[in-house]
Amino acid sequence: MSTADPANQKDYTRRDVIHIAHMLAGATAAAGAGAVLWPLVHQMNPDASVLALSTKEVDLSAVQVGQAIKVFWQGKPVFIRRRTPEEIDQAAAVPLSALKDASARNDNISGGGEATDDGRTTNAAGEAKPEWLILVGVCTHLGCIPLGTTSGENKGDYGGWFCPCHGSHYDTSGRIRKGPAPENLAIPPYEFVSDTVVKIG
Amino acid sequence: MDHPSTYKPNTGVEKWLDERLPIVRMGADFMEFPTPKNLNYWWTFGAILVVCLVIQIITGVVLAMHYTPHTDFAFASVEKIMRDVNYGWLLRYVHANGASMFFLAVFIHMMRGMYYGSYKAPREMSWILGVVIFLLMMATAFMGYVLPWGQMSYWGATVITNLFSAIPVVGDSIRTLLWGGFSVDNPTLNRFFSLHYLLPFAIFGVVGLHIWAFHTTGNNNPTGVNVKNVKKDTVPFHPYFTVKDGFAIVVFLILFGVFVFFNPNALGHADNYIEADPLVTPASIVPEWYFLPFYAILRAITFDLGPISSKLGGVIAMFSSILVLFVLPWLDTSKVRSMRYRPVARLWFFLFIVACIFLGWLGGKPAEGVYVVMAQIGTAYYFGFFLIILPLLGIMETTKPLPRSIAEAVLKQPKPEPTGMSGSGAAVPAE
Repeated sequence: MSTADPANQKDYTRRDVIHIAHMLAGATAAAGAGAVLWPLVHQMNPDASVLALSTKEVDLSAVQVGQAIKVFWQGKPVFIRRRTPEEIDQAAAVPLSALKDASARNDNISGGGEATDDGRTTNAAGEAKPEWLILVGVCTHLGCIPLGTTSGENKGDYGGWFCPCHGSHYDTSGRIRKGPAPENLAIPPYEFVSDTVVKIG
Repeated sequence: MDHPSTYKPNTGVEKWLDERLPIVRMGADFMEFPTPKNLNYWWTFGAILVVCLVIQIITGVVLAMHYTPHTDFAFASVEKIMRDVNYGWLLRYVHANGASMFFLAVFIHMMRGMYYGSYKAPREMSWILGVVIFLLMMATAFMGYVLPWGQMSYWGATVITNLFSAIPVVGDSIRTLLWGGFSVDNPTLNRFFSLHYLLPFAIFGVVGLHIWAFHTTGNNNPTGVNVKNVKKDTVPFHPYFTVKDGFAIVVFLILFGVFVFFNPNALGHADNYIEADPLVTPASIVPEWYFLPFYAILRAITFDLGPISSKLGGVIAMFSSILVLFVLPWLDTSKVRSMRYRPVARLWFFLFIVACIFLGWLGGKPAEGVYVVMAQIGTAYYFGFFLIILPLLGIMETTKPLPRSIAEAVLKQPKPEPTGMSGSGAAVPAE
């Protein structure tokens, strides 16, 4: 059979059609595989019931100056500390250059912000209430709960919190000052519903 | 190492089956496999590990019939197994101590492979598959330890899953994906149970490939010399090594029994008998003993390296300490397999074992002060051994003369050794 044969010519074009169909089928199969794979991965992400529990209201009227409480939010403890004037002054006096992490890590400030004491106590309304320090009580190193909220616990070298797992020290503004943790304790999104009720999340 | 099949189906039924599914032939060929006649007791750990895997799967399947993977019931269901279920205490203690025994055996098995150069050509695939099995074992053991939902379960899971948040950009999303929430919680426990049940069967499959690989190349042996004459250098696997492996398994099970029956909680942590509390972190979070060297490496990196934070650096170092094993066949440049004939490499190797044990001890100590410095020294030696010492030794070391064959090495044994072949004296006369 010679390739010049017109019958063969026809064969080639038929083969081309097969090749193109093959490629189209391949692309469809790849898209299909992706469409099948994504639900298999995404099912592991937080489900609707977990997401539904994402806010919490807390009544602060019983918290005295110098006292701190723990509340449970999204499976994690949130520390709410009613700071003394000395603690506020101590935190405000620290220059940004002395901080390991100079970012506010405050979800209430869009686009970040500086880790000044005001930056750490700014709420969703954009105002700073220095008396109330509200933060996620999870060490930014490997997720342990730092000590220092309950009275009598070790507050660390800077009077804030101390993580017993790997020795991170946080100051009275919840900023990392010493130890392996890379970031300041995170500030959750929150707003004051009234003078004594705060909504977290 | 292909060998002619000697299986002869005797009955009509065997013949019928052999023509359709030669499974009996496969088993018979396995038993006939020509095995180097000088394998010592360090080689019995392969069979011991198969026994460990089977024990874990059987006890695990049975325990799953009584366990409830829910945060409200998991801890209580484990206590129910201990107190109410018939022989539940035995099944759980065998399963829990079985994990420790499994790791003890796998560490010895890996050290044997390293000492005798079993990872070198042409056995790289056996070694690499072995490292895959080791990784799967670590994942399985970690997730299994979470299931009783004690304080160490919960906080161990928290610390380990948080390691993934150190990955730049996608770290937090991966962590949320692993948790199925915003912290270790019920969805986490559920998926860990599912995977803890699945992975042992994956291990079983990879073990099959591991055995297939070294049955293709043939076993390494204490001299590291290739089999030259199948008749003179090898004996059939059965009965010679079924008996030797069988004896070693019995001795190993005695040790297993000592733990299960006389000190079942010696290798565990008392804090895991306190139910998980997300609001209270135990004073010190310590992983199971077999993870301690890797935990020490994780915590040894306390300094930032350019753009790499200390947290990410620790995670990279810990994962690298295992991933480096994958490339070991190419890091060791020496053509001589067995360290019997590598007097200098042998010393560095023993120091490597000391470093591993040292790191294991440090992993259980608080990460502060002098312990951190010691962990950094241990970590430096761990990586230095693989990345500097082994590549250089292959070029610089003067090795001892190799025996011409396995048969010669075995027959020469009774004569006084001028250069001393330590380690083999106790084992070889048994053949």
